[in-house]
Amino acid sequence: MSSQMQNFTKGFIKENPVFVLLLGLCPTLGVTTSALNGFGMGLATMFVLVMSNIVVSLVKNFIPDKVRIPAFIVIIASFVTIVELLMQGYMQALYESLGLFIPLIVVNCLVLGRAEAFASKNKLWPSIVDGMGMGLGFTFALTILGGIREILGSDSIFDTLLHIFPVDKDGNPITMIAFVLAPGAFIVLAYLIALTRKLNK
Amino acid sequence: MEYIVIIIAAVFVNNIVLAQFLGVCPFLGVSGKVSTSVGMSGAVMFVLTIATMVTWLIQHYILNVFDLQFLQTITFILVIASLVQMVEIILKKVSPAMYQALGIFLPLITTNCAVLGVAILTVQKDYSLIEGVIFAVGNSIGFGLAMILFSGLREHLDLMEVPAGMRGVPAALIVGGILALAFMGFTGLA
Repeated sequence: MSSQMQNFTKGFIKENPVFVLLLGLCPTLGVTTSALNGFGMGLATMFVLVMSNIVVSLVKNFIPDKVRIPAFIVIIASFVTIVELLMQGYMQALYESLGLFIPLIVVNCLVLGRAEAFASKNKLWPSIVDGMGMGLGFTFALTILGGIREILGSDSIFDTLLHIFPVDKDGNPITMIAFVLAPGAFIVLAYLIALTRKLNK
Repeated sequence: MEYIVIIIAAVFVNNIVLAQFLGVCPFLGVSGKVSTSVGMSGAVMFVLTIATMVTWLIQHYILNVFDLQFLQTITFILVIASLVQMVEIILKKVSPAMYQALGIFLPLITTNCAVLGVAILTVQKDYSLIEGVIFAVGNSIGFGLAMILFSGLREHLDLMEVPAGMRGVPAALIVGGILALAFMGFTGLA
């Protein structure tokens, strides 16, 4: 059972998909303008990851080796379509702020990578645990990144104002706006990767 | 005139890598040397333009006609994956020299989100076929520009003394951030 536990927790720091394995960087940089967006994207990816890991580990013996990659892509794309339609129906606001990056979960190398490297070689239960662990690690990374950018760039966390920064004469906080724009994503991620390296030593 | 606006917007203002974060994986992965990033940019330009054309036709003559828009994601990724395979086979037969130059990059392109991203954006923006192709060419020039600038900077970075924890990817990401900051200067141009 301890190996199961290890399998589950490795995704957080030791083999974090974003900070250590550097997988799935496009959505990581693209949607993390706030903690909530990062969290939502993480959960959507985790759902696709767990479901595709389940299906891949169940059908792995019926798929000929040569066509396995296209077959995995079809399985993943089906779950992405499900997530897309569910979010459009029930979470309109999040659907609009994540936008293009929801269909792009299909080409997230993390999802295909886990299907190919883990689920296609392991039984059902370990594959579920692996998907959950990696998915939570991904969600964790995106939420942290989004949180830091939101605090520095918008003076808020999960949409709650923090009042850390001074205000101008209209009462709006004077923040470091570059952090919610494109450059902030690269720079915050760079420091988080360096920090993870330090922690892993 | 409007075609020029589309190109300038795609190359500078909304640069696909530095402003929209599409294709970041190859941007970080194969940008170690200028020569490899030229090869990668060439391969992306080739596949991205053809893929945008084909997916546009599929969207307008199949998915829209039969009311199957919800199958967009799954159809587009399959089309792109098989297109990449086909381009690889054709190139190998028709132009072995070009295959030598681009060959190793082609399989990587299937999972390059720039290709699927531009195909979906073209549909979302309601472009005509010609506008779509110009948009695709503009975006691939933007990708190439970012890629080549970044790899040139990285070649220099390798010779610098960087603090141990920042060596490699973190230092490269900081350079990417500064490059993105520079590209923000184009905001409002188109």
